[in-house]
Amino acid sequence: MLSFDIVFAGIVNGLAAGAIYVLVAVGLTLIYGVLHIINFAHGSLLMLAMYAVFFLFARAGIDPYLALPGVAAASFVFGYALYRFLIGRFAHGKDENILLITLGLSIVIDNLALFFFTGDTQTIDVRHAGGIVEIGPAFVSRAKVIAFGAALALCAALGLYIARSDMGKAIRAVARERQGARLVGIDVEHVFAVSYGIGIACLGAAACLLMPSFYVSPSSGHAFVLIAFTTVVLGGMGSFLGALVGGFAIGITESLGGLFLGEQLGQIGISAIFILILLLRPTGLFGGRR
Amino acid sequence: MSRKTSIGAPSRRQILAAGAALAGTLSTPGIGGAQARPVRIGLLHPVTGFVAYSGAQSRLGAQLAIDEVNAAGGIRSMGGARLEPVLGDTQAKVEVGVAEVEKMNEAGVAAIVGCFQSAIVLATTQTAAKYGIPYAVDVGASDLITTRGLKNVFRLKPGFGKCVDEAIKALDGINGGAGRVAKSAVIVHESSEFGTGTAKLLADRLPGINIEVKEVIKHDNPTRNFDNVALRIRSLRPDMLMMSNYQNEYVLLARTLHQQRVDLAGMFSVLGGGFNYKFAQDLPDVAEHMMDYNHWFAPTNPKAQAMKKRVEGMNTLFTFEVYLAYNAVKLIADGLERAGSADKERLTAALAASTWSDHFMPYGPTRFVDGQNLGGEAAALQIQKGDIEVVYPTQFASAKAVFPKPKFG
Repeated sequence: MLSFDIVFAGIVNGLAAGAIYVLVAVGLTLIYGVLHIINFAHGSLLMLAMYAVFFLFARAGIDPYLALPGVAAASFVFGYALYRFLIGRFAHGKDENILLITLGLSIVIDNLALFFFTGDTQTIDVRHAGGIVEIGPAFVSRAKVIAFGAALALCAALGLYIARSDMGKAIRAVARERQGARLVGIDVEHVFAVSYGIGIACLGAAACLLMPSFYVSPSSGHAFVLIAFTTVVLGGMGSFLGALVGGFAIGITESLGGLFLGEQLGQIGISAIFILILLLRPTGLFGGRR
Repeated sequence: MSRKTSIGAPSRRQILAAGAALAGTLSTPGIGGAQARPVRIGLLHPVTGFVAYSGAQSRLGAQLAIDEVNAAGGIRSMGGARLEPVLGDTQAKVEVGVAEVEKMNEAGVAAIVGCFQSAIVLATTQTAAKYGIPYAVDVGASDLITTRGLKNVFRLKPGFGKCVDEAIKALDGINGGAGRVAKSAVIVHESSEFGTGTAKLLADRLPGINIEVKEVIKHDNPTRNFDNVALRIRSLRPDMLMMSNYQNEYVLLARTLHQQRVDLAGMFSVLGGGFNYKFAQDLPDVAEHMMDYNHWFAPTNPKAQAMKKRVEGMNTLFTFEVYLAYNAVKLIADGLERAGSADKERLTAALAASTWSDHFMPYGPTRFVDGQNLGGEAAALQIQKGDIEVVYPTQFASAKAVFPKPKFG
């Protein structure tokens, strides 16, 4: 039987890991909520952002935390342009085309990364992110505590932006009824591109928070894709709140599963959640609310 | 010599001399005349997928060997036949590896060199055996590879059985020299044939040197997070951590334990996938004093040093994948030279009887029994001040092991 201290530490570690899952899933759910497509290029774009963070640190010595606003902004511009000039243009208004384009994009990005960056594992050594923070009986690495706080702050800021700003209102309007939004004069294509851009900006932020404690290789983004999909399904496709709750729930499930069932079998908890949600509440925890 | 012969019509003597020269040229293998038919060698590696770096390094080593053989005039006993690579990518998947062997057979390869992951080596050697294609295993540690009675399989380096036995001896020597501070260990390994087989052997052998195994922890590839493993290790309070993982997880595990300040007397991997110069340079604090029992070139061999310089000159690290694949191709080239033919049966027989010594591994001449070279030996290494030092066997050691490693402040 595991002691309370270990279980408590497991929950804290799960929350810390969950914060990153939230950030990755928020982007995915926003893109789904507005464009009604699964962005298959999500993992590849996360990997690309992680390489950007790596090169900024390795070549220019820019701290990943200081780079966060810049990387997020550049990711937004990249995502916006990607939608405007590639995905939107070749989709011809069909959702299934978008699906295929993002899948193709993912394959192209992965292979270009392999060609230009090689398959080597790249890490950055951020000294001030080393060390641990004691939270009761738990020891959490400083990098993960920073990631947790920053992810929550970013989610809150994004939530406020969606709730209060004119663009946020337009995004919600397009997500709910795109034809109606078009009729009242909203530039739907622009909103699509902005939503895609925001989704990719979330990945840029996640990359900055991940790199001090993780690594990047051309396949590393995919490690987070299944988790992000499960989080979105759990929380409800397109639900912002759902991604938030879902990310933390998945983080804790994964962590406690690892503690009680072993590191390999513990992953079964995530799959079990995925199946149970599809069986019992296919719309997800917050799927009905918009 | 008359002026007439130098500017006018050729003299009889000149015609005879030219004819003799031509005959001489044609009789010299590989120079002028009809080129001997090239010999196709299949290079099978995971150049995409989660071990793509190791696959690319292996391919590089193999191609360097092919270039070298060709530049030196090809296979002389076959009229200077050039080696021609047929490239294959396993994508780190068993079924893809098997399909690539089928394609290589269709392409008419004389031999295959590959393919890094034990699980895929097991399947692809089996497929190659169906067609009698000689298969030189460059990297692939499982003992099963050479114990299934396949006549077409040859492995220059030792398997994990011997590596674990030698690693245990090295650890016992290092621990004994430090007053036996290590009395317990936790084993963390990846879940495929390589990690599982190595961990099983370690769990079996460690009690024999008075190190109790407190727990064996298995993880998948890829693993996103080792926080819980660090937590578990902290709660078990072992003296040693024994590791057997591929590159990404090796680096992530080491880094997590360092970030969480988990105190251990030592971290010792067997065939650690991420233990290399890059790890030592990129994460010097994490890597410092980590130990690994792994394949290593003979440090005093001038060929090894020249090759190291050449590879580093290409802005690439001289990792074990490079020199193991290089030597595996050179082994095949030597077999072809002895067989004087690309016939699969003759080549297999030549490899089985091989006494090749022109390599730069600390192995001596090759002697294959059931496809396993018996002279193969690895070495215990430790990262010290950002460099990799040999700490065992003592006759090759370049430094003394730092053990136990200093505790976190």
